[in-house]
Amino acid sequence: MADLAASLDRILHHLFDNFLDGYFYPFILEGLLLTIELFLLSLALSVVLGMIGAVAKLSKSRIAQANAAVYTTVIRGEPNLVTIFVIFYGGQILVNNIGDKLGLGYIDVSEFIAGTITLGVIFGSYMTETFRGAILAVPRGEIEAGYAYGMTASKVFFRITLPASIRHALPGFGNNSLVLLKDTALLSLIGLQDMLFRAQQAAGATRKPFTFYFTVAVIYLILTALSKLGLRWLNKRYSVGVRRA
Amino acid sequence: MKRLTLAILSAALVLVSGAAIAKEWKIVRIGVEGAYPPFSSVTTSGELVGFDIDITKALCKEMQVKCSMVQQDWDGIIPALLARKYDAIIASMSITEKRKKKVAFSDKYYNTPAKFARKKGSGIEISKEGLKGKTVGVQRATTHDEFITGEFDDTATIKRYGTQDEAYLDAVAGRVDLLLADSVAMDDGFLKTDKGKDWEFVGPDYTDPKYFGIGVGIAIRKQDTDLVEMFNKAIAGIRTKGTYAKINAKYFDFDVYGD
Amino acid sequence: MDVAAIIDNLPLYFKGLGITLSLVSGALVCGMVLAIPIGLLASVRNPLIWALPKAYIYLFTGTPLLVQMYIIYYGTGQFEALRESFLWPVLKEAYWCALIAFALNTAAYTAEILRGAIEQTYYGEIEAARSVGMSKATIYRRIILPSAFRRALPAYGNEVIFMLHGSALAGIITIVDLFGAARIVNSRYFVPFESFITAGFFYLCVTFLIVWGFKLWEKRWHAHLRPRDTDAAQKVGKLPVSKPG
Repeated sequence: MADLAASLDRILHHLFDNFLDGYFYPFILEGLLLTIELFLLSLALSVVLGMIGAVAKLSKSRIAQANAAVYTTVIRGEPNLVTIFVIFYGGQILVNNIGDKLGLGYIDVSEFIAGTITLGVIFGSYMTETFRGAILAVPRGEIEAGYAYGMTASKVFFRITLPASIRHALPGFGNNSLVLLKDTALLSLIGLQDMLFRAQQAAGATRKPFTFYFTVAVIYLILTALSKLGLRWLNKRYSVGVRRA
Repeated sequence: MKRLTLAILSAALVLVSGAAIAKEWKIVRIGVEGAYPPFSSVTTSGELVGFDIDITKALCKEMQVKCSMVQQDWDGIIPALLARKYDAIIASMSITEKRKKKVAFSDKYYNTPAKFARKKGSGIEISKEGLKGKTVGVQRATTHDEFITGEFDDTATIKRYGTQDEAYLDAVAGRVDLLLADSVAMDDGFLKTDKGKDWEFVGPDYTDPKYFGIGVGIAIRKQDTDLVEMFNKAIAGIRTKGTYAKINAKYFDFDVYGD
Repeated sequence: MDVAAIIDNLPLYFKGLGITLSLVSGALVCGMVLAIPIGLLASVRNPLIWALPKAYIYLFTGTPLLVQMYIIYYGTGQFEALRESFLWPVLKEAYWCALIAFALNTAAYTAEILRGAIEQTYYGEIEAARSVGMSKATIYRRIILPSAFRRALPAYGNEVIFMLHGSALAGIITIVDLFGAARIVNSRYFVPFESFITAGFFYLCVTFLIVWGFKLWEKRWHAHLRPRDTDAAQKVGKLPVSKPG
């Protein structure tokens, strides 16, 4: 395995030596890897938070409804950039206070973890709205049929409502994830060493900003295209059995 | 790739062993900037290099502790120290009264004056009159920002940048008429480079302690008085042992320590 | 909490708010002027005509706004020819660079919204227009565009809010907008939490104003839909659900 990695490294070096003044490989590509990891992890987190939020919004509990409403209103009402700065700095102070109270001392939240959580929380609020709408879009008859079979409420939710809502959630989910992908770039501003952060440093060092920012733009276009392909495949899978008008 | 995995693993490790660090200073985490040549910058492979970085390594060796360096942008460098993301800042930070309200400082480890630079042939003179309607680029939240805001806010337009590198980029692009920065940083990081060949120093050296403090020191949280002591001893140590002189000679042909 | 630092700097925040509002309204107007022809051409069923506008939309919706802004601001400074051209007096100013970046970006999203709305035109309406002998241009002017604008209104409300939020990026390239003001206060007093929360509060207020404004607007334009379509009435006056990727 290590051998393979080493020879791959050699090949890549050979290919990209001196491309972009030597900053492309491994400097920017390492940042790209971080961008992709960040994207996938925060997307997963946002889906989990979105589920919880949607269930809370549709629940009969007033407290759950109110909490979910504050969450989605505040986060969607202010710029993501502001939320990122608040959570990034404020979050560490909060963690410190909790750590001190519990006697654990300092608990480090790395930029990567902080960034993942921040993006997850932000897009969780958008996912909440998407999932809420999707659940409401499930025909009432299907749910009633479940109850008629004697299923419990949770069984109806997990066996009928949830699977049937996925199809309705996909377009919104797709949009949210494409925006999330682009928003990973914002984390470069809090010092997360993603692709854009690396490009910024390379631009400063070589004084060739256009070259590096343009390269990053092209890579983002490729990532967007790949995500769209993936989303199209998902859409196809979950639309099986639906007649197209 | 490997470095990335390692970074994540070590982050997780710190998370687990977080409690152990605070007491005995076996590991000291240092906040650095990385966009301030020749004091601190990154190479094509992502390695940190520069005067600050070499001094950091020498000090850690002198203190016999393990150091890990954390890169942080300048705007957030003090908040992140206070949030305990690292234990000390070694990033060419001047010791000023205002910063002392928030953090403690070690003794100075170098001291160089601030200076203006202008485009050759622009003929701009440094005075209230001369700066009228001119745009001056500085790095935000630096002593230079304090100085220009305090002295020339009424006549000049001030443009504030996140990093010194960005200010240089805009100087080359012609978006600023003047730069105000540390003379050494600007000389080596800009004027002596190919892109900065059309620019030159102008005006006097500025050292007014009211704005520029008493040299560059290491910032540490106020409660960590033991760490301040450790750094002070280590600075004295590398001064007497000649390690400092060696690093000084590697970067500059004059004494940056100042008097 | 350091409230004094915030109160002392409220004038700075208000000044920033002014810059933010002027940037956003400028970008929205220029963006709309660009978006109408681009959206129209993108909806025409001829690859020779839609290719270019669709490529434009893809390019600007597929990359982060932050990268676009970096390219326009720092990137253009790399080329000496550009620095000596007639364009430089404009590109020299950070304010104009931000305005250009925002206008080009929102134009792409708005064009995409328009294209979707135009393509959804009910064919019966066009047939009816033809049968009374309207020319193609008249059909566009009297039938297709008015109904498309109406359909596009909720999505456009979203876009306006996203533009407001996106404008926070101006603070990155030396402009002292609302976010730039927060950065200055943060860096002077080391109060990240307080300074950014304050900016967030300002943005939240403007967001609510926009939501409210669009609510009124939709009430007017969608008056004919009110008694029949309760769904549309419910959608009115809500925060954005998701941005078209």
